[in-house]
Amino acid sequence: MSCLELKDLIIDVPARADGRAISLSVEPGQVWGVLGPNGAGKTTLLHTLAGLRPPRSGQILLNDEPLASLKRRAIAQHLGLVFQERQDGFPATVRETALIGRHPFLSAWQMEGAEDINQAEAALAALDVAHLGDRLVSTLSGGERQRVAIATLLTQAPEIWLADEPTNHLDLHHQVAVLELLSRQAAAGKAVFMCLHDLNLAARWCDRILLLYPDGEACWGDTRSMLIPSALEKLYNQRLITTMIDGTPIFIPARD
Amino acid sequence: MHDAEPSNHSAAPRPGHTSFSRQIGIPLLTLSLAALMAMIFSIAHGSSSIPLQDVIAVFTGQGSDLQRTLILELRLPRTLSAFATGGLLALAGALMQILLRNPLADPYILGISGGAAVGALTAMLAGLGGFLISGSALIGALSATLLVFGLAHGTGSWTPSRLLLTGVVVASGWGAVITLMLALSPPQRLPGMLYWLMGDLSYARTPWPALIILLMVCLVLTPFGRSLNVLARGPLQAAALGVAVKPMEALIYILASLLTAVAVTTAGSVGFVGLIVPHMLRLMLGNDQRLILPACVLAGGTLLTLADTLARTIIAPEQLPVGVLTALLGVPTFLFLLYRSR
Repeated sequence: MSCLELKDLIIDVPARADGRAISLSVEPGQVWGVLGPNGAGKTTLLHTLAGLRPPRSGQILLNDEPLASLKRRAIAQHLGLVFQERQDGFPATVRETALIGRHPFLSAWQMEGAEDINQAEAALAALDVAHLGDRLVSTLSGGERQRVAIATLLTQAPEIWLADEPTNHLDLHHQVAVLELLSRQAAAGKAVFMCLHDLNLAARWCDRILLLYPDGEACWGDTRSMLIPSALEKLYNQRLITTMIDGTPIFIPARD
Repeated sequence: MHDAEPSNHSAAPRPGHTSFSRQIGIPLLTLSLAALMAMIFSIAHGSSSIPLQDVIAVFTGQGSDLQRTLILELRLPRTLSAFATGGLLALAGALMQILLRNPLADPYILGISGGAAVGALTAMLAGLGGFLISGSALIGALSATLLVFGLAHGTGSWTPSRLLLTGVVVASGWGAVITLMLALSPPQRLPGMLYWLMGDLSYARTPWPALIILLMVCLVLTPFGRSLNVLARGPLQAAALGVAVKPMEALIYILASLLTAVAVTTAGSVGFVGLIVPHMLRLMLGNDQRLILPACVLAGGTLLTLADTLARTIIAPEQLPVGVLTALLGVPTFLFLLYRSR
């Protein structure tokens, strides 16, 4: 099982002071939620953790090896990412899109085999999009595309899941379904690290929280100790009404 | 919604890819047959037609001396040059479209043909002929490539949009130089220059350099087919799925430039093949580069072989510039396919 370790990490957000260096470890079985207002650097953090952009300082270790020293292919065999924005320049079907999740595991000369195709089909079924297999991705709705993107990551089946707002565009049922899927992945020994905008989803499905402030400050810990109404009001600069249902806090933005 | 747990297997040889082999094998076989038929047609037709049995006779070592000379020394080299040029251009176009992630990209979009044209026209203005025109075109093409690559790199990062913008601007610069050269040229040199600019295979000396480079580039690309598929989905997604994006993009740029430079050197700037053939094939066959790239070579070669045969025969013994015919054949075919596509 893989783990991702952040050592004194400062992400490179242009024209921002260093703020607080992040040191934490994303371990098997954990579900991390990253919360913060727009522009706080959530996406930058995720891309930095995937090795897609260099940090300003500090280090990221994937299974005790510096991420920067690993080949892209080796990283992709352990770590995958659902992007917030996707570009589809060329038409591709839903099935083809899910199947590229197998890319890091196939050698250069190898064609996708029956097993790879089965894996992609199973992932599409798990995300409720198997019936769209032959459709072009560009013809799907935003929520369907989001589920196809998650199905691609499920096909890749990495040990570390990074997800940038995985519930974006999803209806209520599919938000719950996707978060259930992510927590089942964690229960099976994977590690999940995702950005969220919905405090209530974070409160119910994340066991650890990282708060990112726009000035580069950060704090992290287990969910119960992090989701404090006063801290969240400061984070979003928004008054909140808090109530408890089934032992879980529910946050509602207050009208000014 | 139910959960499926795809297990995590590392790369291991596995059986059962028959459907993929079939998906790739049948279209390529069909296109190969079409290419072969186009070549035989091209060899049999010209200012004088040769019956098919005589063509076969020559290739089995029989036939009259006149027919042997006509076929082996004149028509076969020209047919092979046409096929190679078409294949080079279509493959270069397909690669440029992936590199720039822009479906409007063609092999000339970064100004390679402009550089080559300035080289060739300079040689023509100086009264040079034959091999020197080709050599001068090659030098022009390579310097245009280096110019765009150097300028696009600049002091900042190297992105496809920056490359595209640099290329397009440099290309219009070449266009102005070409117009200026045409305006200042003596009238008796103009037809030759215009033919070169529209693409003309009568400048082709020998098909072998073009064919060998085409074959070599195909071999170099073979292991990268799936990586190109992933790269077509954008650099971040490709990097997240394990593609080393920067080296890959540099490789594509170098190969596409090489292909275009060789094609332009062989036959001048033949238009439309590099833009239309990859699109036509994507409309019919989908966008798996492992199929599309070899299919581009075959279909591009076939289209240019047929166009060149028509160019040689329509007003024989006079010849038309082949670029006009690729456009006249390619544009309606493409529009028909586009109209019928989903």
